[in-house]
Order: sequence, then structure tokens, then C-alpha cells
Amino acid sequence: MLKDSDRIFQNIYGIKDKSLAGARAIGDWDGTADLITKGRQWIVDEIKGSGLRGRGGAGFGTGMKWSFMPKETGGRPVFLVINADEGEPGTCKDREILRNEPHKLVEGALLASVGIGAGAAYVYVRGEFYREAEALQRAIDEAYAAGLIGKNACGSGYDFEMYVQLGAGAYICGEESALIQSLEGKKGQPRLKPPFPANVGLYGCPTTVNNVESIAVAPTILRRSAKWFASFGRENNTGTKLFCISGHVNTPCTVEESMSITLKELIETHAGGVTGGWENLQAVIPGGSSVPMLTKSMCDTAIMDFDGLRELGSGLGTAAVIVMDKSTDVVRAITRLSQFYKHESCGQCTPCREGTGWLWRMMERMATGDMSIDEIDLVEEVTRQIEGHTICALGDAAAWPVQGLIRHFRPEIERRILERQSSNAGEAA
Amino acid sequence: MSTPDTHFEQPASFAFSSENDAKIASIIAKYPEGRQASAVMPLLDLAQRQSGGWLPRAAMVHIAERLDMAEIRVFEVATFYTMYNLAPIGRHHVQVCTNLPCWLRGSDEVVATCKNRLGIGMGETTEDGNFTLSEAECLGACVNAPMMQIGDDYYEDLDSATTTAVLDALANGETPKPGPQNGRIGCEPAGGLTSLHGKKEDA
Repeated sequence: MLKDSDRIFQNIYGIKDKSLAGARAIGDWDGTADLITKGRQWIVDEIKGSGLRGRGGAGFGTGMKWSFMPKETGGRPVFLVINADEGEPGTCKDREILRNEPHKLVEGALLASVGIGAGAAYVYVRGEFYREAEALQRAIDEAYAAGLIGKNACGSGYDFEMYVQLGAGAYICGEESALIQSLEGKKGQPRLKPPFPANVGLYGCPTTVNNVESIAVAPTILRRSAKWFASFGRENNTGTKLFCISGHVNTPCTVEESMSITLKELIETHAGGVTGGWENLQAVIPGGSSVPMLTKSMCDTAIMDFDGLRELGSGLGTAAVIVMDKSTDVVRAITRLSQFYKHESCGQCTPCREGTGWLWRMMERMATGDMSIDEIDLVEEVTRQIEGHTICALGDAAAWPVQGLIRHFRPEIERRILERQSSNAGEAA
Repeated sequence: MSTPDTHFEQPASFAFSSENDAKIASIIAKYPEGRQASAVMPLLDLAQRQSGGWLPRAAMVHIAERLDMAEIRVFEVATFYTMYNLAPIGRHHVQVCTNLPCWLRGSDEVVATCKNRLGIGMGETTEDGNFTLSEAECLGACVNAPMMQIGDDYYEDLDSATTTAVLDALANGETPKPGPQNGRIGCEPAGGLTSLHGKKEDA
């Protein structure tokens, strides 16, 4: 188990003082000016060396992303955009950073901005997180008042502005180009890439979009060294990570743990175990609603990192662990997710706009066994028609949970279809 | 987006209150010059709050003028995002999350309790105009499931009894304490911390 002294988020439960004074007491804003003085290249190299991979779901190397930002911009401003549009079902970690550790985000935004040459950062917070946005704004106001951000931030000579923008209830705005569209005052519909935001982002200017957690861990990495962060987890899967454990466990919680912890240890150490015991486990969605589920036997040995879960045909995603015990109707569970993706499709690409509706309606029938056995393959076929045929990954995200269900629970699906058929036949007789 | 129906009257005009008007300049100042369209969402929110929780058409037209945007661009935004209500709504908007993590921990019971206590179905408003009940997609408080949002606040770790207590308090004009309703502070495990307990284990 990760030692408390190696936990980056010392106040993730909001038990201690959340103000600037409290943040300083747990190590935030310590020697920030010195870190800025070490310069852009040093910051990018340290983050690269730490192995930090984006914490928003895709897992792209954060330092690598920062290194793509152009050095010469032809006079165009450069922006950091922080994605706090947390809405992937099962995921509730950024909320805790925003409301309990906002100074880590503010300091991280400053240091990341130095790393990419940005003069301003926008934090796009989902509209429902109104209280969390207030908490972040309080921290920003404190940082301005203390001279930590603004003109000559921390006395370093670097000028940096930071703003909060609230969304208004659209999951799709968690996709980075949709988020940029929304920030520009438009419908949140994803843009075609290329061009990538590093070249043409917010207002047509070079932009990096990072998840809240990716930015909030940066100051501690820079203070304690890339080597320290890289000492946790397996190669290519390094660091500590916030895990959200929800569903059928005795004590659901969010906890910071080492990457590459086993799923079983994570659940049993922090979430009080599966309700009714480990043997009562049926399935786990290990990385937020968009990744395929794991069966009990896969869960027995699953390692919670990017490579470990990819090897099992799933993914780490946002590290939101949704636990389902044997009482769960798994078909109904995935049907609920299909309803979600249908609701959240932005409507831009036909395969997703039409396909997510198709999928949901077919899943509703599957949940009650009201289909023929052949139609299971048709459902699978519909997911293949959506997957990979859309501008953004929402189409894939709608497809994968259903594919995972059919892959692992086909006998259960067939059982309920046959059961309904025989009960219908009985009624007809 | 809520679908506008025609069984209500649209006010003929809209103007921001002097208090809200004073906020607009500082909102627009957050964006580079000429990028004032970025202020459309904050202004729609401001107008909705001023109008009792919904967005009259006149407010959208007014915002389009204020931001030098085509009206259709403002309508597009107002109809795309779910949090803009295009028809009048109850004083308390009760939004129960029914997505998977909440469903696994009993959101069906929370929904049934709300329907019973308020005497309305999903998408309906009580006759006294006090409550509107909606189904919400994941609100991002999954380790505190099941939960609901009322206004700007989250009520978490609910069961039937605490759901009723929250609704009763609101009906009586009180403000129930937001957050977990079972004694938790936040997202820590119930019954004792498994980390960050301040013990000297690693000294």
C-alpha cells in the first residue's frame, strides 16, 4: 500500500483547511518561483521523465503533449485549457481536487503554463459543479491576492492569468475539441483533427488541454522529482493515481494509490471489500463507463494500470471502478449506459446520432429477453458500425460496453431470450 | 435542453437587473478582445437565474444583442445544453441521478420516494410550483451514490428516509444541509479512513 507520505493529495477528503494557508501547510506553493526559474525545458523534461500519462482517460504522455507546443507562435497567444468537465459515469475524482485541493490545480496551472509558454489558463468546470467552481474561484482569488498568479507570478517575472468557465450540462464537452468549441461560445460539437489544438486550439491559437488531475499532480512531481513519481507502478504506467470505487462495495470511496495496484487489493484495502465477499463478485467496469467490463475471473488477477487492463481487453480510462456483485442484472446495467450515450451524443456524426439510439432500443429489448438469438449478433454489428466511424470517441465509448457485455455474458443473454420465448410459448398454448 | 412547450407566456422583453448588469463587464473581460461570444454561456446562466430558473426567449435575444452575436447562435447554444430550461420550472429543481453507479446503490428507491412525496412523475412540476422532478445523467459523485442535485447543491448517500427528510425541509422553506446524508464528510470510506489518518506509520 502507498505510504501516506507519498500521497500527493493530502487533503483529498477535505478534512483539513482548504484555504491558501492550509494548502501551504501541506506543501503547496513551496518554492514555486524556483521551479519557474528552472525554465520551460526543464519543466517539460521532468514531466516527461516522470512518465505521467494523462489522467482524463486517454493516457497520453503529459510531458510529450506539452513538448508538442510550438516555441514560435507568430505573436499568437498560447492557452492552457484545463478539462474539469468530469462526467464519465463512475468518475468523481476531479470534483474532490476542485473543492478540497484547489491550490494544487492553481499552482499546477501556473507551472504547466510555463512549460507550454501559455499566458492564460481557462478551467472548464461542468455546470453542475457549481459549488466546486466556487471553491476553485476562491483559491484563484487568494492566489491573485497573494501575488502567486497574475502579473509577475510568485515574483518570477512570469505573467499568468487564470479563469473559471462553467459548462451547462453536456458530457461531450469533456472531449477536448468540443470543450474548446464550448469555451468559444458555441455548441459543444467536436472538431475534426488535424489540426490539433497544439497548433489550432482555443481562438485558433496554440492550446494544450489537460485533465484536472494531470495538472494538479505536476507541482509535486516537480518538487519531489520525476524519479520519485516514476518509482510507483510499473514501467510505462508510473505514478500515483486517484481511484474512485463505486457500486457494490462495503465502503465506496475515492483514494490515491500506487499505479499497478491489483484490483483486489484496491477494493479490499480501501472499499471494505465486495458486498457479500469477493466470491460474490460478478463483474467490474474498471475505468469509467466507456471501457468494457471484466468478469470475476479476470478481476482475480487484474492489475490497475494502462497496460494491465489493456491486456484484459479493457482499459484504465479514468480509473473509476464500478463494482457489480452477483445480484446485478448486468444486461440492465449496460442498457443504462446505452441510454446515457444516446442522451449525450451531440448529433454531429450520423453513425453515433442514429447508432446510439438503435443500440439503446435494442438493449432495452435484450434486457427483457425480447429478441431472437440472431439479434445478439446484430447488436454486435451495430456497435461495429458506430465504432471508429465518428469524429470523436463517444461513438467508441457507446460501442465498447455493449461489446464487452456480449463477449463475456452471452450465455446469460441467451438464457433470458430462451426463457422469454418458452414463457411466451407457454402462454400461447 | 428542455423542449419548450407553448402552454405558457413568453415575456415580451428582458433586461438584466442592475446588479447582474454590473457583472457582465467583468465576465466579458475574461476573454480576449473580440471574443465576447465566449460569454454567452455565463450570460445565459445569469439570465436564467434572474428569471426564476428558466430562459425566456427575450433573454436570448437580449444576450445576442449584448454580445453582438446572431440570434440563431444564441438559440443554438441554449438548446444544446441540458441545464438551460426553455420553459418555466418549479422553484426547486430535483434532479435524481439514475446512471449506473447510483442505480447499483438504490437510485430506483430515491426516484420512487421523490415521486411519492411530491406526487408527480419525471419531468413534471407540482401544482404549487414548488418542485420539478427530473432524471439526471451522471452528476459525478459516484462514490457517494445514490444522490440528487437540487438547485446548486448535491444531496448524497441517500436512502428513502433521508430523501424524504430533504424534500420535507425544502417544502417547509428550510435549507437542508447539502452533502452526504449519512454522516460522511465527503468521499472518504465510511467507518474509518484507510489512508491519510495521520498515523506515524511511515515516519
